[in-house]
This record gives sequence, structure tokens and C-alpha cells, in this order.
Amino acid sequence: MFFVQVWEIVVKYHSYLLKGMGTTLLIALIGTIVGLVIGLLTGIVRTTPFSKNKLLCGLHKTLNSIISVYIEVFRGTPMMVQSMVIYWGYAFLNGGSTLPLIPAGIFIVSINTGAYMAEIVRGGIISIDKGQFEGAYSVGMTHFQAMMQVVIPQVMRNILPSVSNEFVINIKDTSVLNVIGVAELYYMAGAIKAINFQTFQTYTVVCVLYFIMTFTVTRILRLIEKKLNGKANYTICGSQSDSHAEIHVHEQEES
Amino acid sequence: METVISIEHLEKSFGDHKVLLDVNLSVGKGEVISVIGSSGSGKSTMLRCINLLEEPTGGVIRYKGEDILSLNTSKYRTHVGMVFQQFNLFENMSALENCVRPQIKVLKRKRAEAEVVAREYIDKVGMSAFINARPSQLSGGQKQRIAIARALSMNPEVILFDEPTSALDPEMVGEVLDVIKSLAKTGLTMIVVTHEMAFAREVSDRVIFMDGGIVLEEGTPTELFGNPKKPRTREFLSRFLNG
Repeated sequence: MFFVQVWEIVVKYHSYLLKGMGTTLLIALIGTIVGLVIGLLTGIVRTTPFSKNKLLCGLHKTLNSIISVYIEVFRGTPMMVQSMVIYWGYAFLNGGSTLPLIPAGIFIVSINTGAYMAEIVRGGIISIDKGQFEGAYSVGMTHFQAMMQVVIPQVMRNILPSVSNEFVINIKDTSVLNVIGVAELYYMAGAIKAINFQTFQTYTVVCVLYFIMTFTVTRILRLIEKKLNGKANYTICGSQSDSHAEIHVHEQEES
Repeated sequence: METVISIEHLEKSFGDHKVLLDVNLSVGKGEVISVIGSSGSGKSTMLRCINLLEEPTGGVIRYKGEDILSLNTSKYRTHVGMVFQQFNLFENMSALENCVRPQIKVLKRKRAEAEVVAREYIDKVGMSAFINARPSQLSGGQKQRIAIARALSMNPEVILFDEPTSALDPEMVGEVLDVIKSLAKTGLTMIVVTHEMAFAREVSDRVIFMDGGIVLEEGTPTELFGNPKKPRTREFLSRFLNG
């Protein structure tokens, strides 16, 4: 009986469910990427040494304080509440006109994720050996060049697991956007339930769909992580006896 | 002889801890100088001050007569390269790229040109076979040779070596010292902080003995190793000379 009803929901409402999944993935993906960009920017700003110029130093310190407040506020309040405050705050300030829903959802998830990413990236930068900076300085790179050429590429690889984790969290947490009416998967579940009154069956379907999304994404990201760890082998070019010889050296694969 | 670097009354303290009290040193073009002394005597700190990795708290360092603090730091560092104890190769780049990228980003060379320069120096340090290897795939001695090629690729006037063999196992020390020896013959100005006394004796034009944050004694290798004047120098060298 139960399985028949579940199957009926899948067949009957698949277009709603797929649309909801699409919206969920879209918001989670863009939100994570924008959040990462926010994290990188704030991370770079916060780990840059203060300038000797008094004015620049003052500006930098002010900026750091603003970033700290941003991080504390957005990590210290629920995203569901942030959604309501931002969405209706905008309406309040603009004479009742509201933001379009999906962009609003992307905005909310982005700045929320940004607050978490800021700490992830900062930790990533701090954990890079100071010698990497010194090596870069010693060949004449500026702090910014050292960051972009040497440090950030390493940070990206190191924080990828945390970033993947944030993406998975976002897939699940976009469900709170239903409070402002974004038609993501959880919202669709509500709509379907309102038609068929089969609450348990409907949410079971949605539960499985969420799991399929997070599980697939986790696997894909793990593959990317492995790719980014680089090849475990390299080619030695030439040899003394035969200049065309190539020797392939294989490192033991790290697990 | 043209003076490339002159250090006048250099002081450096970390908080209350004074590491360099009053260092005076002048380095001529093409000179190879070894800096010896016990750990904590300020050798590395002095070297790091020359490259402005540490900012001096007193005194003046001049590069070709100009106070280095008045120069553009990044530009100045392209003239004064550095080789570190811990190699500090860019972990995200291949051996070749380690030598190419700085040229492109800092000296604004074209990639093709930068690769020619890089390959030439990588060949010079005997690492041509490993241009595609990542730093994590190289041994310590190999890393250090690439690090030397990286410094050379910037065509600096001076290269500072900060204990280039101290992180290497005894078997690898030789390969790195051989490279540095060959450079000494090319007329490159070099300041080498080292614990390798035999190397210092063989290669340097001048040996500096540092102790307690000052240059206690300096002279040609024959003078310093053959007939050290100060008791502290004699004490420091005794183990090496007798051993």
C-alpha cells in the first residue's frame, strides 16, 4: 500500500519534484561558489599584513572589523531567520516590492555560506607553511602575487573537502528557503502534500531525493579531490646513454 | 672592487631579545663570503635582514650605495636571491614551473624566454631529468638544486644561502655543495651561512665568524682557519680543526 502510494507520487508529481530538485541544486551550487569567493576575498584581506602607511592600515583594520562582525552575525543566527529578515527587510525598505525568489534564495545562501567559508579559507591560508610565502618573496613577488600564484592554489586543494562539505550542507539547508516561498524541493513537498494529504509518503519520497542528491554530489567531489591531488608519477626526460629515453617514476599512491 | 652590499651598524631585536647588536660587513662584487658561527649567533638573522625578510631595527644596509629600505622591496629582491634551509619550493608547481613562473610574474619575461632561461639553469644544477617532477617527488638535495636554479633564473647580482645543506642527509650534502662551488667560480656574489667548515675553507674569498650578534672575526680562509686571533673563534673552530 505504502509503496504503491509512494510510486504514485513519483509518477504523478515527477515534474514538480524534478523542478524542485533543479532549484535546490541551482541555489546550493551558486550559493556555494559565491560563498567560496566571499571566503577567498575575506580570507586574503584578513591574512594580509598591515601596511606601514597609517591610512591604509586604518582602512584595513576597519575592513577586518566589518568582516568579523559579518562572520559572527551570519554564523550566529539561523539561515531561516536570515531569510525572513533579508527578504522582508528588502520589501520594507522598498515600499513592499519583494525580491524575485530564486535570486533572493541565492543571495541568502551565498552570504550565509560566505561567513563559514571565510573561516575555512583563513584556516587554509594560515596552515600553509610560512616558507611558501618567503620563497615567493625571495624571488621578488609581492604579497598579493605570492597569494595568487603560490598560496591560494594550495589552499584550494587543501580546503576542497570542507568546501564539498559546505555544498552538501547547502543542498540540505536550502530547504529553509521555503519560509519565503522559494520553490525548492522541500517547498514542492509541501505543495504536493497539500493536494494528496499523504504527508508521510510525500516526505519519504523527498527524503530519498535529498539523499540521492547529496550522495551523488559527495561521490563526484571525491573524484575531483583525487584528481586535484595530482598524478602520482612523473617522467624523467632523457638519459645519459639515450637522449630519447623516458623513465616513468611512480610514487606510491596516497590513500 | 665595487661594493655591492654594505652593512653598517645593523641591529635586530625580536621584542626584548637582541639578536644582532652591531653588525658591520661589506661585500664586494663577485666575492664569496661564508658566514660561520654557533647557532643563535645571528648568522641567519643577518642574512634575512639583507633580503628584508626581517626588518632591521637599527643601522643601515646598502645595496650599491642605496639604503635598501628606500628601494622597492620586490624589485630589490630580484637582485638579491635567496636559497633557504627548507628549500621553500612552490609545492603547487613542477620543478620547471618553479623557475619559470617568478620570471614571468616578476620580471615580466615571456614564457618562451623564461623557459629557456630556466632550462639553462636547471641543466647547470644537473636536474634536467626532473623538470616535470613536483617538489614532493624530489629528494632534499634535488629540491635544493632546483631552489638554486630558481634563484639563478632571476639573474640576481647576489645570492644569499641560508644554511643550504643543514636540512639534508650527509649523502646529499655533496651534490648541493658541488653546485654552489661551481657557482663560486662564475663570479656571482654569494653570502653563504654554513656549518660546512671544509666547504667554507675551500670556496670562500672571505670567512666571517659571528658570535653574540656581532662579526667577531673575519679574514681569508687561511687566516681564519689557520690562525684565528680571538679565543672564542679558536674555541669554535677547535673541534673542526682537531677533528
